[in-house]
Amino acid sequence: MTLADANYPDDLLYHDQHDWARLEGDDHAVFGITWYAQDSLGEVVFYDPPEVGGTVDKDATYAEVESVKAVSDVIAPLSGEIVEVNDALEDTPEKINEDPYGEGWLVKVKLTAPEETGALLDAGEYRKLLENS
Amino acid sequence: MRAVASLRTPLYEQHLELGAKLVDFAGWEMPVQYEGIKEEHSAVRTHAGMFDVSHMGEVEVEGPGALAFLQRVLSSDVGEIELGGAQYSCLCNEEGGVLDDLFAYRLGGDRYLIVTNSANHGADLAWLGRWSRDYDVAVRDVADRYAMLAVQGPHARAILGHALGIALPARMRIATARIGARPALVCGTGYTGEDGVELLIDPDVAPAIWAELLDAGVVPCGLGARDTLRLEVCFHLHGNDLTPERNPIEAGLGWCCAEETGFVGSEVVARARREGTAEKLAPFRIEGAGIPRQGNPVLVSGEEVGTVTSGTFSPSLEVGIGMAYVRTELAEPGTEVEIDVRGKRRPARVASKPLYEPKG
Repeated sequence: MTLADANYPDDLLYHDQHDWARLEGDDHAVFGITWYAQDSLGEVVFYDPPEVGGTVDKDATYAEVESVKAVSDVIAPLSGEIVEVNDALEDTPEKINEDPYGEGWLVKVKLTAPEETGALLDAGEYRKLLENS
Repeated sequence: MRAVASLRTPLYEQHLELGAKLVDFAGWEMPVQYEGIKEEHSAVRTHAGMFDVSHMGEVEVEGPGALAFLQRVLSSDVGEIELGGAQYSCLCNEEGGVLDDLFAYRLGGDRYLIVTNSANHGADLAWLGRWSRDYDVAVRDVADRYAMLAVQGPHARAILGHALGIALPARMRIATARIGARPALVCGTGYTGEDGVELLIDPDVAPAIWAELLDAGVVPCGLGARDTLRLEVCFHLHGNDLTPERNPIEAGLGWCCAEETGFVGSEVVARARREGTAEKLAPFRIEGAGIPRQGNPVLVSGEEVGTVTSGTFSPSLEVGIGMAYVRTELAEPGTEVEIDVRGKRRPARVASKPLYEPKG
């Protein structure tokens, strides 16, 4: 497995539980887990995607990713309705390790409270959080 | 309360250098993985891997009463261990419950070495000390004398023999050797299902031996891979699959019990063998998606019929596997069950041992 070095793109918003959101248009966002989260977890061997049409609540668990040894809850950085899930991960969950901000995305959500973005961290703040933890 | 991860093996610096992820294991700061569990697992199945298992405990038992004493405390027929031989055994309490599972090696006429699980080492010592009073025997904690390296895999012997220039014992035999100019024990045992050996060496030479094997292409492996490897071949993990509340018969370890020796707990074990037990440990594999974990309920027609004691993702089979105590009538291979994995019911089927057959 080839893994990129730690990186936290500037165009994303971050939740302190190591999840990211990429805003698309005014009221959509894509979610995933950060480089730090996948590195802590180890090789992901299973991702069970949630149902399209389901709702996600900010700060609440909406999915699980599993490595050989451990299960990790995935926290929603923002609230909304799931409009798309990354089905490809069922066969290639390792993409979450290899490309956590690209092919390793988890769900796409129509936001119900876009103003919640104000509570998220930018890349600089998130890096600082990791340095201090 | 025990301080968290206060103990380090002689190879701690080597683990740091290799970028290992370290975890607390029974008070020891141990590598759970280096590059990744799947790669390490595969290295042991196809090539050769090495594990620092220096956290394991060693106890020496010596004296004219050594055999009689060990017959009393160990479940197996210790009288069958030849000089230079090894035997797997259970240490049982009076109720037949398994206090620990261990290997006993016969080093001399009346001299044996026992390798304990680190979490149980102190309790084992106390237990052995207590029972030894009636025998002409000395029980010594020699855990500080040894670093332990398990070198496992189809190529392990060839690489090891070449790198260290030592003769290797057959399976279930031990040989004495000089490794790093110090006396060492080479044991033809392991916990992966693959061929290989376990080295009991002087802690001072452990870093040099580790480096030599690394140079020879042996892949460093952590406790993560050790767990997936042992579970694929259905080796028990004490604390999960074996506990003081379970006897060896329900755990499927009747083969290492010789009740006629009169070991502590043998009456209970004999009755369990004769009359059967309400539950038995059964290996299973998930049919489809999902990874079982320790503590997951086992269901049949929605009714709880058992509990998972070990569960993981099998890197060799690429499916969830585990072992569970279930009602004895359901422990037959082929039985369809469901595993309740955090609220999701995952279809599974009881399988025969081992879940994975090493190609070795």
